Amino acid sequence: MTQKNRLGGGQVDRNTTLTFTFDGKTYAGHPGDTLASALLANNVRLMGRSFKYHRPRGPLSAGSEEPNAIVELRSGARQEPNTRATTAELFDGLAARSQNRWPSLAFDAMAVNDRLSGFLTAGFYYKTFMWPAAFWEKIYEPIIRKAAGLGSLSMQADPDTYDKGFRHCDLLIIGAGPAGLSAALTAGRAGKHVILADEDFRMGGRLNAETFSVADMAGADWATQSVAELSAMPNVRLMPRTTVIGAFDHGIYGAVERISDHVAVPETGKPRQILWRIYAQNTLLCAGATERPIAFENNDRPGIMLAASLRAYANRWAATPAPRVAVFTSNDDGHRTARDLHAKGVKVAAVIDTRADAPRSHDYEVLQGAQVVDTMGRLGLTFVEVRQANGEMRTVECGALGVSGGWNPNVQLTCHQRGRPAWDDALAAFVPGGTLPPGMVVAGAVGGQFSTYAALKSGADAARQALGLKGRAPRIPDAEDAPVEQTPFWYVEGCTRAWLDQQNDVTVKDVKLSHQEGFRSVEHLKRYTTLGMATDQGKTSNMGGLAIMAELAGKTIPEVGTTIFRPPYTPTSIGALAGRMRGKEFHPTRLTPSHVWAKERGAVFVEVGNWLRAQWFPLPGETHWRQSVDREVMATRASVGVCDCTTLGKIDVQGTDAATFLNKVYCNGFAKLAVGKTRYGLMLREDGIAMDDGTAARLAEDHFVVTTTTANAGKVYQHMEFVRQCLMPEADVQLISTTEAWAQYAVAGPNSRKLLQKIVDAEYDISNDAFPFMACGNITVCGGLRARLFRISFSGELAFEIAVPARYGDALMRKLMTEGEAFDVTPYGTEALGAMRIEKGHAAGNELNGTTTALNLGMGRMVSKTKDSIGSKLSERPGLNTADALVQVGLRPVDAADKITAGGHLMHADGPVDAAHDQGYVTSAAYSPTLGHMIGLGFLKDGANRHGETLRLVSPVTDLTVNVEIVSAHFVDPEGDRVRA
Amino acid sequence: MIINHPLLGPRDSAEFVYLGAATLMDRPDPDTATAEEWHDYGYLRDNPAGPHRELWFHEGGDRSILIVTRNTTTHEITAVELARTVGART
Amino acid sequence: MHDLIPITALGGTTAHVDTIGDTTLTELPDIALASVAARAGQETACGAKLRDMLGADAPAAGKAVFGDPFSALWIGPDQWMISADFATHEDIAAQVSSRFGRCASVTEQTDAWVCFDLSGAGVNAVLELLCNINLLQFAAGDSTRTSIHHLGCLVTCIEPDRLVRIMGPRASAGSLHHAVTTAMTSVA
Repeated sequence: MTQKNRLGGGQVDRNTTLTFTFDGKTYAGHPGDTLASALLANNVRLMGRSFKYHRPRGPLSAGSEEPNAIVELRSGARQEPNTRATTAELFDGLAARSQNRWPSLAFDAMAVNDRLSGFLTAGFYYKTFMWPAAFWEKIYEPIIRKAAGLGSLSMQADPDTYDKGFRHCDLLIIGAGPAGLSAALTAGRAGKHVILADEDFRMGGRLNAETFSVADMAGADWATQSVAELSAMPNVRLMPRTTVIGAFDHGIYGAVERISDHVAVPETGKPRQILWRIYAQNTLLCAGATERPIAFENNDRPGIMLAASLRAYANRWAATPAPRVAVFTSNDDGHRTARDLHAKGVKVAAVIDTRADAPRSHDYEVLQGAQVVDTMGRLGLTFVEVRQANGEMRTVECGALGVSGGWNPNVQLTCHQRGRPAWDDALAAFVPGGTLPPGMVVAGAVGGQFSTYAALKSGADAARQALGLKGRAPRIPDAEDAPVEQTPFWYVEGCTRAWLDQQNDVTVKDVKLSHQEGFRSVEHLKRYTTLGMATDQGKTSNMGGLAIMAELAGKTIPEVGTTIFRPPYTPTSIGALAGRMRGKEFHPTRLTPSHVWAKERGAVFVEVGNWLRAQWFPLPGETHWRQSVDREVMATRASVGVCDCTTLGKIDVQGTDAATFLNKVYCNGFAKLAVGKTRYGLMLREDGIAMDDGTAARLAEDHFVVTTTTANAGKVYQHMEFVRQCLMPEADVQLISTTEAWAQYAVAGPNSRKLLQKIVDAEYDISNDAFPFMACGNITVCGGLRARLFRISFSGELAFEIAVPARYGDALMRKLMTEGEAFDVTPYGTEALGAMRIEKGHAAGNELNGTTTALNLGMGRMVSKTKDSIGSKLSERPGLNTADALVQVGLRPVDAADKITAGGHLMHADGPVDAAHDQGYVTSAAYSPTLGHMIGLGFLKDGANRHGETLRLVSPVTDLTVNVEIVSAHFVDPEGDRVRA
Repeated sequence: MIINHPLLGPRDSAEFVYLGAATLMDRPDPDTATAEEWHDYGYLRDNPAGPHRELWFHEGGDRSILIVTRNTTTHEITAVELARTVGART
Repeated sequence: MHDLIPITALGGTTAHVDTIGDTTLTELPDIALASVAARAGQETACGAKLRDMLGADAPAAGKAVFGDPFSALWIGPDQWMISADFATHEDIAAQVSSRFGRCASVTEQTDAWVCFDLSGAGVNAVLELLCNINLLQFAAGDSTRTSIHHLGCLVTCIEPDRLVRIMGPRASAGSLHHAVTTAMTSVA
C-alpha cells in the first residue's frame, strides 16, 4: 500500500488514510483525493479500456471532461457504471473496477479489435453488416454491443433515493474558480441572494491546481479564505458538488447536487442526489476552460494526459503518474507544467514545443520546433518519439507526457438555447456568442479572460453589471496576469491512428475518411464517426475534429461551425431526473373516506385515475372474482347494495347565469330544470364528439351541483373554466370543485328506500311521491348531519346517491351496513357496477371513447336545436349524420354459452371478414348474472334499425368468432319501471 | 418557462396547462356563422414562427386562463393578459 | 346530535403529529372552510362584506388575512377561502352564506382539504424540496397555490421559516403527508 508516486504538499489530508480497491487490489489514499489521483499516487496509470478497440487507457484529464478513466463504482445494487475516476471523490472502502475488458484489464482478449482496426473504421456499422438484413438484429448487433461497450448495470433496483428541489436567487454563479469567487464576494458583500455552484467538492477551480499567488498568498489559500467569508454570509448559498446541467428558458437552471456520492452509503433517509430547479434573476457563467489536446500517433497510452491536468495532479493532489515526465505543447501554458513538476522534484525529461521560438529553461531541456510523432509502451507510456526541428528523430524516455494545445472556453451552457459560439481569432477558440440565454453573462476563462487577474476582475465586474450595483468598484487582489497567446496546433502531420475522441475511439484517419466519403457537414461528421457522441460529449475532442475537417474542406473553423450543445452538461443519473416519483409514488394516490372500511371488508382495489376503488368484496369461500361480482349484482337487484361513488367529479356551479352556463356546456337543456330535480347531461366537444356525461342537480335557482365521470373530472372542470372565462366572460357564474368534500354512496335495489328511511331524518319524506325519480335535495341524516340526496340510478334499480361531508363517510358506510343487515345489504364494487350498467345499457368511458357522437350513443335527439351549446353546430356535420352512422346496440350470443369480448368487430353472418365489410365494434362486455349469459354493448352501422339481426363477432386478438344477435341495449327493465318504483 | 401572471407575478409554466391558440376565444356567432366558419374555428390554426397568442390555464394556481403572447422560436413572452378581462372588453 | 364519528383526512380519529429533526407536521382536522366568490357586478359589495367579517380588507392576490373567528385566503380572482374553528363553525357555509346574501356564491369546502401546519426552525429547507415557492420573498401573510408532488396545495406563510400552513386535496392526504415527512427526513 505504498503511494509510490505521492509528492509533497497538495490539498490532501495526509493525517487520514483511506483504503480502497481497484479491480480487487487494495490501495491507500487520502481525503481530498479523487479515485484517479489516488490511483496515480499508487503508480496505477492503466484505468480502462477503450470503447471500440479496447486500447489500454489512463486518465486524460483531472476533471469532468474525462473521456478515458471510466470505471464502475461500488457493488451490488449500488453498482454504478461509466463513472469518471477523475471526479469520483475517494472514500474509505470505495470499491472500483475497470470496465469493458475481459478477462482482465491488463490482458483484454477483446483488444484483438485493435488489430482489426482497418476493418472497424468510421461507418463500419453501415458498410460491413449490410447483408443479410435479418442478421443485423439477431447476430451482428448483439456481438457488436458485447464487444463495444462500457460498464454493466447491476440489474437491480436502485436502493437510493433522490430528491428534487427549488431555489431562487438574484444571481446564480456557475463555477467557483477565481472569476466565480470574485463575483460571489462582490454580490454577497452587496447583500444580494447568491447561489454559487461548482461541480467540484473543493471550490477554487484552477486556483487549487496552480501555484499562482493571489493577494500575496497561495491561490488555493485565497480560495479557502474566500469560501470561508462567503459561507458566513446568510445571503450566499454555497453549493459544492453541484453540476449545473442545463440552462432552460427564462432563467431556470437544472443542477444536480451530489449529497451522498462521497460516502459509501447515504445516511438513512437522505437522498443520494438532489436535482435542483434554480430560478435565477441573473446568471453568471464562470465555467472556465478545458485544455485541448494535440493529436499524434498513439497519443492515447496511459500516462499521456493534458498538461494542465498533469500539474493539477502534482499541485492539488500531490501525485504524479510517473517519476519522469515530458511535456508536448504549442504554447506557454505547457511550460507551467514543466516548471511546477520540476519544482515538485519530478524529473522533466524534455519540453517538446512546436514553436521554433519557444522559451528555454535552465531546469530542463526544451526542444524547439519539435513534435511528438509516436509513442511506445503497451500498458503505459515508456518513450515518446520526437521529430526535432532539424528533422532528426529522438527518443525521450518518460512515463507521462503532458500535452497542451491551448484552452477552449467551456461555452456549453451558453448554447443550451440554440446560441452559437463565436470564433475568436486571437484566442484561436470559440467563445460565447452574441445570443446568450437571456439573463446570462460570462466571466473568467469562459469569456476568454485566461489570466488569474483578468478572471478575478471580470468576475467582479460582471457581478456588478448583472446586478446593477453602483458605487466604487472593489479592489481586485494582485494576481498573475500573463498575456494570453494560443498558437493553434491540432495534429501532427502524417498521423493516422491519432486519437481525437478517445472515448468513442475516433481518430484523425476517421475524420479524413468521413470527409472523403462526403460526410462533411459538422453534423454528418459527428454522426458518421461518432465524434463527440460519448458520455463526455466531446469536451476534449470536438475542436480537433472541427479543425481537421476545416483544413480538409479548405474552410476556416468558424465556417465549419460547431454542433449544437444540449443539456445535460455532464452525464446525469436517471434517478435524479425521476426524484421521488418512483414505484407507488409515481403519482399521488386518492383514497375515498370509506377506504379503511373497504380494506377491513377485504376489498380488492383497482386504480381509476389516481383513485383506488373497491373492485369487489370477496367473501370467504369465493375463489373466483366472478363469484363475488355475480353475488353483488344479484344481491343488489334482489334487495339492496351500496357502492362508493365518491370518486365522481363534483363541481359546484353557482350564479344568476348558472342555468345559462349549463345550457352552453351541455347539449341538452337545463334552463327549465326545476329546483329539487336532477337531469342527465351530455357534454360535447366543440367538434361534436361526446366529451363526458353526468348529472346536474339543481339545489336552488342559482345553484347546481354537476357530476362528471371519475376519469374526466379534471378535464371537465378545465373545459368549464374555458367556457366561463373565454366564451362567457360577462356571465355571472362561479365554479369550484367539491369532489373531495363529500363522501357519496349509491344505495341501489328494491329495498334502497327502506334502508335510507332508517338513516334519513324523519322530517324528510323520501317516499316515491315526495321524492320521485330524479329528485334531489339537502337533507339531514342520523340525527342532524347535513347531507345531500339524489334519486338517480346507474344500476337500473330503484336507487339513490347520498352524500355527507367526507369526514363522516366512513361512519355513514358503517351505519348503512348495520342498518342494512335487515335487508342483507351488500357492498358492491366497480365490477358489479359495470355489469349492472351494461345490463341497463348505460354508456360509460368505453362508449364515450373520443370518437362517438350523441347520435352514435343513441342520444341524437338530446342535442337541443332550440339553443346553442358547445358542439351543437359541428355535430350537425353531414359526415357525422350519415344513414349508416354507428348507433349503440346490445349484443347477446346466439349460443348462450359463447363469450363476447370488447374490442371485437361485427361482420355479416356470412361474407368476408375484412375492414371493408366492417359493420361495427364491441365496446363493453360482461357476464350478466341476471340473464345468465354474456352480454355486450357496441356500435353498429344503422344499429337502431337492425335489432333481431344475427351478426358475427370476430376478434382476431382473442381468437374469437361467435354469432351474436343484435338487441336493445337495455337488457334489464327496458321500460324503466324499477327506477321509478 | 416563466409566465408573468398579471395577478400573481412570475410563475413557472409547469403550473399551467396549455389550452391552444387564443383564437379559440373567437367562437363563431351561432346565429350567423357559416359551416366554413365553424370548420375554420374548429380545425384551422396558424403555426407562426414568431409571436403567438395562446391560452394557458393556471391549473396549479388561481385557475385563471391567461392569454400569453409567446415567440415560438425564442420562447420570449411579450404580453400576458387575463382571458376573462380581454374577453369582456371585446 | 347525530352519532356519526368523524375521521381525519389521514384516516385516524385523532390528528397525526410527526416530528422529524427540527420540524413538526401537525394535521389540523378542526378547521372549517368555505369558499366565497363574488357574484358578477357585486365585487364591491362582496368586498365590504368580507371587510365586515374579517375586520380587515379582503386579502389581495397571493395574500391571506388572519382574524378571529374568520380568516381568509385569496384563491382566485374575486374568490377567497374562509376558515374558522370547526367546533363553532361546522356549518360555516350556511353561516357565511347568510352574511353575504346574494352578493357571493358560497360553497362548503371543509372536507375538500387536508390541513397541516409545518413548524420549527428551518421550515424553508423542507419547503424547497416540495414546491417552487420563492422563499426569499415568502413573508407572513403570503399565500399561494402551488404543486407539491403533483398535488395542488395552498401554502400560507404564518411566520417565515418557522410556520407555514399547507392545505392539500383531502383524498390525497396520505400522499401529501408522505411527501412532506419524506422531505423532513431528507433535511433532518
